[in-house]
Amino acid sequence: MTSSPTALLDVRDLHVAFRTREGVAKAVNGVSYSVNAGETLAVLGESGSGKSVTAQAITGILDTPPGFISKGEILFKGTDLLRMSGGERRKVRGAQMAMIFQDALSALNPVLNVGDQLGEMFVVHRGMSHKDARAKAVELMDRVRIPAARERVGQYPHQFSGGMRQRIMIAMAIALEPELIIADEPTTALDVTVQAQVMELLAELRRELGMGLILITHDLGVVADVADKIAVMYAGRIVETAPVHEIYRSPAHPYTKGLLESIPRLDQKGRQLYAIKGLPPSLLRIPPGCAFHPRCPLARQVCRTDEPPLYEVGPGRRSACHFWKECLVERTDSSGA
Amino acid sequence: MSEPILQVRDLVKHFPLTQGILFKRQIGAVKAVDGVSFDLHKGETLGIVGESGCGKSTVARLLMNLERATSGQVLYKGQDITRLRGRALKAVRRNIQMVFQDPYTSLNPRMTVGDIVGEPFDIHPEVAPRGDRRRRVQELLDVVGLNPEYINRYPHQFSGGQRQRIGIARGLALRPEVIVADEPVSALDVSIQAQVINLMARLQDEFDLSYIFIAHDLSIVRHISDRVAVMYLGKFMELGDEDQIYEHSTHPYTQALLSAVPVPDPAGREQRKRIILHGDVPSPAAPPSGCVFRTRCWKAQERCAREVPLLAVPEAFRGTHGPAAHPSACLFAEELKG
Repeated sequence: MTSSPTALLDVRDLHVAFRTREGVAKAVNGVSYSVNAGETLAVLGESGSGKSVTAQAITGILDTPPGFISKGEILFKGTDLLRMSGGERRKVRGAQMAMIFQDALSALNPVLNVGDQLGEMFVVHRGMSHKDARAKAVELMDRVRIPAARERVGQYPHQFSGGMRQRIMIAMAIALEPELIIADEPTTALDVTVQAQVMELLAELRRELGMGLILITHDLGVVADVADKIAVMYAGRIVETAPVHEIYRSPAHPYTKGLLESIPRLDQKGRQLYAIKGLPPSLLRIPPGCAFHPRCPLARQVCRTDEPPLYEVGPGRRSACHFWKECLVERTDSSGA
Repeated sequence: MSEPILQVRDLVKHFPLTQGILFKRQIGAVKAVDGVSFDLHKGETLGIVGESGCGKSTVARLLMNLERATSGQVLYKGQDITRLRGRALKAVRRNIQMVFQDPYTSLNPRMTVGDIVGEPFDIHPEVAPRGDRRRRVQELLDVVGLNPEYINRYPHQFSGGQRQRIGIARGLALRPEVIVADEPVSALDVSIQAQVINLMARLQDEFDLSYIFIAHDLSIVRHISDRVAVMYLGKFMELGDEDQIYEHSTHPYTQALLSAVPVPDPAGREQRKRIILHGDVPSPAAPPSGCVFRTRCWKAQERCAREVPLLAVPEAFRGTHGPAAHPSACLFAEELKG
């Protein structure tokens, strides 16, 4: 992906693997992407595509061992996070870069009340007194629109509903006004009406604070709503990156195209869905050449032997398909009707 | 339309809330299902959508008689199955089978695929003679798109999508007439979801099955269903065919639910209007008086707290034959003007 010198976060050729009993599982294989200040990048992929592991490597919460970063750079405002000491990294995390997890119930501490958990950010990073931190916590809860914040600040996570807990996670993430937020499936566990509330809140805060956002998700609907650009991952690699409008109009990779065609749509009724055949590969045995070739309708001999580079398809667009031109042409034909 | 195969009348399930350890006394009840009625016709798919806690899974369990109804009836070909026990219940269950949500916990990890899919034959030996079972199981695996040679493998050797196929094969073993599928694809990845949905549609045609398809994903429900029921706090809010619900809904809850679903197309996203509901779903142990949705409804008036709206064609549309004339439990039902 294009890596301008001003990028807020610039991931370059990142490789992450896990040592398992059956061998080395290559979870991330040469991923590069960048986010500018105030921009929303959606990282789209199915389970096992490496989208969350990439995020864990960025925030430094990867379990090592068994995981290890074998290669690559993660530049945050020009400085490589991977070369920082533990202490330096801890200063970046929370204050300049924060993460929102999918499952708020297990991400929050069940034996601390939410006021203490929110306030802790200010005590640790800003050296505030507990009393001031408490006041800040109430302010934050108001900001993420938790009703009766003053009364609820002493309650524990289990006393909040799923949507409210996710708001507390968001409050914690924005507490120190970071420049980058990484949200890993922030609404997957929520019902649609609550998902709409939470996504709206997140988008609003991101605009207000001018933060960069990396949204990791498998939901093509959520992505279409909020993303500026998209990186699609498959088997630990980026297979396509593009600005959001282009990718939905004319995907340049057969996997992206398959995904778009396999989702049932609310505004359409039909019997037969397009289904991508086969299964995603095991990360212990990623197929040679293009990892998608066993499932690809366009696959030819070259796909079985040569790993496709990220071809430049257009401005800001890249596709890791030898036959991206064919893919583009086909979709334009079918959507022309 | 053909004869209804299932008729559900005023189905109620209240789970008692008790206090005390030795001397338990009931202090209330969680009203999981609170007066649900519908028909299921032969060869039809009825989708039930709703958010978590609305009671849709309890409806599924009641239809299978896995849970005893507090009151109400489930008539299978005219016979009330909620009061059946023993042999009579077993005989009815042969014709109503279930597919569960989680393909990881609904298959016994210590049984082979052959044993799992063949287990229904142990309970109903009259369906397949012992010597014939292995062949029948292999046939079933083939029908759901699994290699029949995998008969001796264990569940952990399969992916999530393949496990769901095993669950479906087990559901089909006794050649049932009705399959109750509770969130059958929610645990699966997008590319695998489509495979399983297509499989279910094909099997319906092949075996003339009737489906109750329970899910929280409105797009999937529209895709597979002939008729759709929208459920909230133990009650049906609206019931209609797929076009009536998705294009001409008259209930505010359905309208909010539909507008909350993100559309996978960024074109025109800035102009999209969205109804954002405030607050959370109230506890089913203490549902609001009158209309249960009124606490989150933007149309709610005083009347809504006093009157319980019935699931019927709203007065405004009675006598008309347009698509808006379908049952909707709202005192102020109207179509949303786009």
